Amino acid sequence: MISQLLFIVLMVVGFGFFIFNISKIRKNISLGKPLDRSDNKFQRIKTTLLVALGQKKMFQRIVPALLHLFIYVAFLFTSTELIEIIADGISGSHRFFMNKLGWIYVLLISTIEVLSVLAFVSTLYFLARRNLLQVPRFKMSEMTGWPKLDGNIILYLEIVLLVCVFTMNGADEALFLQGKSHIAGSGSFGFLISSFTAPYFFSYFDVETLIFLERMGWWGHILVVFGFLNYLPYSKHFHIVMAFPNTYYSNLNNKGAFNNLSSVKEEVLKMFDPSFDPYATPLEGEASVPDRFGAKDVEDLTWKSLMDAYTCTECGRCTSACPASQTGKLLSPRKIIMDTRDRLEEVGANKRNNGPDFKDNKSLLGDYISEEEIWACTSCNACVQECPVSIDPLSIIIDLRRYLVMEESKVPSELTGMLTNIENNGAPWQFAQSDRNNWVDE
Amino acid sequence: MSNEMNKIRVPTVAEMIANNERPDILFWVGCSGSFDDRAKKISKAIVKILNYCNIKFAILGAEESCTGDPAKRAGNEFAFMMQAIQNIELLKGYEIQKIVTGCPHCFNTLKNEYPELGADFEVVHHTQLINQLIREGRLLLKGGGKFDGKKITFHDPCYLGRANDVYEAPREVLEKLDAELVEMKRSKAKGLCCGAGGAQMFKDAEKGNKEINIERTEDAIEVNADYIATGCPFCNTMMTDGIKHFEKEEKVKVLDIAELISNAADL
Repeated sequence: MISQLLFIVLMVVGFGFFIFNISKIRKNISLGKPLDRSDNKFQRIKTTLLVALGQKKMFQRIVPALLHLFIYVAFLFTSTELIEIIADGISGSHRFFMNKLGWIYVLLISTIEVLSVLAFVSTLYFLARRNLLQVPRFKMSEMTGWPKLDGNIILYLEIVLLVCVFTMNGADEALFLQGKSHIAGSGSFGFLISSFTAPYFFSYFDVETLIFLERMGWWGHILVVFGFLNYLPYSKHFHIVMAFPNTYYSNLNNKGAFNNLSSVKEEVLKMFDPSFDPYATPLEGEASVPDRFGAKDVEDLTWKSLMDAYTCTECGRCTSACPASQTGKLLSPRKIIMDTRDRLEEVGANKRNNGPDFKDNKSLLGDYISEEEIWACTSCNACVQECPVSIDPLSIIIDLRRYLVMEESKVPSELTGMLTNIENNGAPWQFAQSDRNNWVDE
Repeated sequence: MSNEMNKIRVPTVAEMIANNERPDILFWVGCSGSFDDRAKKISKAIVKILNYCNIKFAILGAEESCTGDPAKRAGNEFAFMMQAIQNIELLKGYEIQKIVTGCPHCFNTLKNEYPELGADFEVVHHTQLINQLIREGRLLLKGGGKFDGKKITFHDPCYLGRANDVYEAPREVLEKLDAELVEMKRSKAKGLCCGAGGAQMFKDAEKGNKEINIERTEDAIEVNADYIATGCPFCNTMMTDGIKHFEKEEKVKVLDIAELISNAADL
């Protein structure tokens, strides 16, 4: 009875705190500028199924893709087991679905066990990749400190979870063989892995120890699950949630199409309109001062860019494909996204603690991302192409450039000439427009 | 310079209209194609192909102006918008229905960024048009040219490939030559940028340990290519500079697909 109460309290707190954190993140994302992605629902669902659920883009690199798939599928199946844990936890029953499902139950738990073994091996390999092997994209400057620890914490939690699963099932199997399990009857459960491991690892313990181990595994399992759930919103691992909305809302247009700024279009159209009176009072509903051009801080970015920031799991495929990064420039698309998230968390916390109008005199551009980084970009779209969860670092880079150029007139000196030429003679070089077809007769 | 035999015919839209004619297709030459000495040769190769196939085309000539691509990539939306609105006005005035460009940057901007501002025309890249002409049997390559035993590799321009998912048209064209088409280790969607996009063409690179075009040229040298085929005047410049850096000008030639085809067809 006490353990049932304890479980229910734990569950309510576990889910409650998770929902609380999710709503904070939702609020932070909605700080972004509007962007319409309500079109093409069918195409969007298809993209989500292929890219998020089907992990299509992961399979560009086959070894990590397979290992990641094992952990992912094990996670999905283990989540179904969670339903039973919750049913048992609340009702005080043991293996709630076993007798109801019969052989399907045996198949399901066996599948979970096999996947758990695969996930265990994968997790060990991933730990080695992060800490022992020299994978360049895990060794970059943005991957020290918290991001490195974060990546490892997730993997350690997985190890603990899997050890709990096998302890629980192994001890229970040993108990059931003696007819001492919490469920009526005796024999073997017939689970593929634990019916094999129980005689080796658990037959030496007495009944009391086995019951303790089984309970430890069960509570350990559910504690890690609730802990994991509430760790997610603070971690890069939040991608397991965000991958779905982020691919759904991803850009479906050609990647080369940059958005046109309607505020700029209006200004330019006014310049071409001879009847426009610059001194006239603005019409009702018309903003007298146009929006800031481009982005200086996270609130100037679209909500999709902010969603991107929460979706990133810091795998670094973007950065390893980036031509600037590969040739030693300061730019790392992954860092652009990580900076955006860090700054957004900061802005969100400021607003919650000090009111919605609080300014801390810091900004994404300058305090987090430097001009040198954004000018190193060739806009080649390799980072966008590589991202397995449809993050678009390029649109943030371009929005930051727009702010620098249009609001602060900060342009690398060679580009000033190029821009002046376009404005004066319609070409990036200083050639007269009237000479444009001289090539024909040369 | 050129003798009467292979003199190219390049009417402007204004001239055509004065003769009560309309072009079926507008050749958007682009700033590189108009002013850059190397890229002018590419423009001529494209024109030779258009002339040979008796395509009723025209250029804007002195009325053409930058699409605004480099301004937009550099963050100056004002300069871009000024160019775009004026260009669209001009193109609409001439009732242009279809455009072929010699540059993937012009191609991308005209195709993807102009429609929202009021443009309504079809845009193709010259490699797509050439591919279509070959498929329709209007452009015949006599025996596949002079490339027997040679290796050609295609460097995907970012604004043709990743930006617009055009990977096959240039390759289909190159396969018609009697050369071996070899792929670099990074190609198609994984192709490495030449380093010139995003307005980098007009500025020095940021501090690093290598130039991007050197990194990319190494890919081409690694597959022992005799020809690096390009579809972009910027890529052409960057790869040519890369080959010069390795002093391999004798061994490796950097040519646009239009030039390779116009050579192969003896135009």
